[in-house]
Amino acid sequence: MAYSDKVVDHYEHPRNVGSLDKNDPNVGTGIVGAPECGDVMKLQIKCDESGRIVDAKFKTFGCGSAIASSSLATEWVKGKTVDEALQIKNTEIVRELSLPPVKIHCSVLAEDAIRAAINDYKTKQGQSAGAHPAAAGAH
Amino acid sequence: MKLPIYMDYNATTPVDPRVLEEMLPYFKDRFGNAASRNHAFGWQAEEAVEKAREQVASAIGATSKEIIWTSGATESNNIAIKGVANMYRDKGNHIITNVIEHKAVIDPCKYLEQNGFRVTFLPVDKYGMVHAEQVREAMTDQTILVTIMHGNNEVGTINPIGEIGKLCKEREVLFHVDACQTFAKQPIDVEQMGIDLLSCSGHKIYGPKGVGALYVRRKKPRVRCEPVVHGGGHERGMRSGTLNVPGIVGMGKAAELCVQNQSHEIENVTRLRNRLKDGLFNRLPEIYLNGHPTQRIPNNLNISFLYVEGESLMMGFSDIAVSSGSACTSASLEPSYVLKALGLGDDLAHSSIRFSIGRFTTEQEIDYAIERVCVAVEKLREMSPLYEMAQEGIDLSTVQWAAH
Ligand SMILES: Cc1ncc(COP(=O)(O)O)c(C=O)c1O
Repeated sequence: MAYSDKVVDHYEHPRNVGSLDKNDPNVGTGIVGAPECGDVMKLQIKCDESGRIVDAKFKTFGCGSAIASSSLATEWVKGKTVDEALQIKNTEIVRELSLPPVKIHCSVLAEDAIRAAINDYKTKQGQSAGAHPAAAGAH
Repeated sequence: MKLPIYMDYNATTPVDPRVLEEMLPYFKDRFGNAASRNHAFGWQAEEAVEKAREQVASAIGATSKEIIWTSGATESNNIAIKGVANMYRDKGNHIITNVIEHKAVIDPCKYLEQNGFRVTFLPVDKYGMVHAEQVREAMTDQTILVTIMHGNNEVGTINPIGEIGKLCKEREVLFHVDACQTFAKQPIDVEQMGIDLLSCSGHKIYGPKGVGALYVRRKKPRVRCEPVVHGGGHERGMRSGTLNVPGIVGMGKAAELCVQNQSHEIENVTRLRNRLKDGLFNRLPEIYLNGHPTQRIPNNLNISFLYVEGESLMMGFSDIAVSSGSACTSASLEPSYVLKALGLGDDLAHSSIRFSIGRFTTEQEIDYAIERVCVAVEKLREMSPLYEMAQEGIDLSTVQWAAH
């Protein structure tokens, strides 16, 4: 399968690879997927006092499209408020990266990772969304 | 060194220039139909076909009359399995095979299952091997055919064909071997090994694609197959259709060349394969060899790189052509059924890469591959949440993943 130029670019120059301190109250961590399924994404956000995302990091075990989807997700959430970030749709990731149908699940996972990270952040901030930090939305 | 580098010889091989040379006249002035009995064009083609039959037969200790031309090992397997089942259905309805055969064996067996036959799919051990004892235990008075591959195309494990053949002879059960990966490249003797039917293919031995052969024993016992394709009754009635003369000439020549240099090529490819293996294992921790450590075809190296997903790894060295057992490379999103049957967890199956080398692989290419693969693995591990968790001392098997 040939990859789109954008997938290759994110794969070769992934944005924001790394980790933030998961114990920091201003950091939200989302881990979604499972090794058996061939992809696991960890996405972290760090917010300022006003709830604006000032930093984001990811680590991904998965195919090139999964890596690209999570790399793109970190780029897109930065600078947004958490509520704005919740508006990001997997279909936008599909469009931006020109993902073929068999790779749509990678974009779904990236959207889930954003949600999971925000949930964790909100929980920590006492705005309880009631989710466990590592819980993924089933899909 | 030319890029990209080809390391997928288990999938197919380039045509050897000497083979191509031999084939060319049969596309040009020697274009005759081998079945044309009454002119020189036909005789010339027939003569070439018979020479190739001899070349293929002598690679496995058979006689040329026992070789039937096909379009490839897929067709050979179909004729052997469905042909024997239909011919001998009065004697019994039971077939024995195993779970890691190529789909070209599994699918005909499944087809027969839906048509009144009973098929035992034996499990394999953790190295991907089937043992004669398992076959013995599975046999019943209804068993008419045992079909077990010689070398596995994915993990490279070589089965104890001689032992299984001996057992089949004792029990008077027909024995078919898919020898696609070993034909002409490993010593095979159908007499010594008790083989009644054997499938092989041109494009795995530096011959052309679209041509293969089926060995069908003529004596002790005389084996018969119902045809799968009906037509003019070519190839002793077992495979009708005008023969692919240039392809057949190429396959014959390819087999001859492989046999002539067999021990030398085994030695050379083993040396290069070991260089690749040692280079990777010396530098990278937590990588695992899939398949048997010693009983394996010399040109295959299947490795799981823990914490790294196979498709993304292949992307990391896209100038080296290999294949992966990862789901992502197939349409199904399921990781390799072969690796799973060896008992590998899905995570290790997703992390596997098959390197397969051959006649034209050089030491320089091996060294380049080692470097590229190591750099890619190291980079992706730095990017892997699983690697990070493992470094933190988290036992990944105890993590509750949210499956999706
Ligand atoms: C073990 C085995 N059997 C059968 C086949 C199918 O052979 P062919 O491509 O000649 O149909 C292959 C090759 O893909 C193989 O490796």
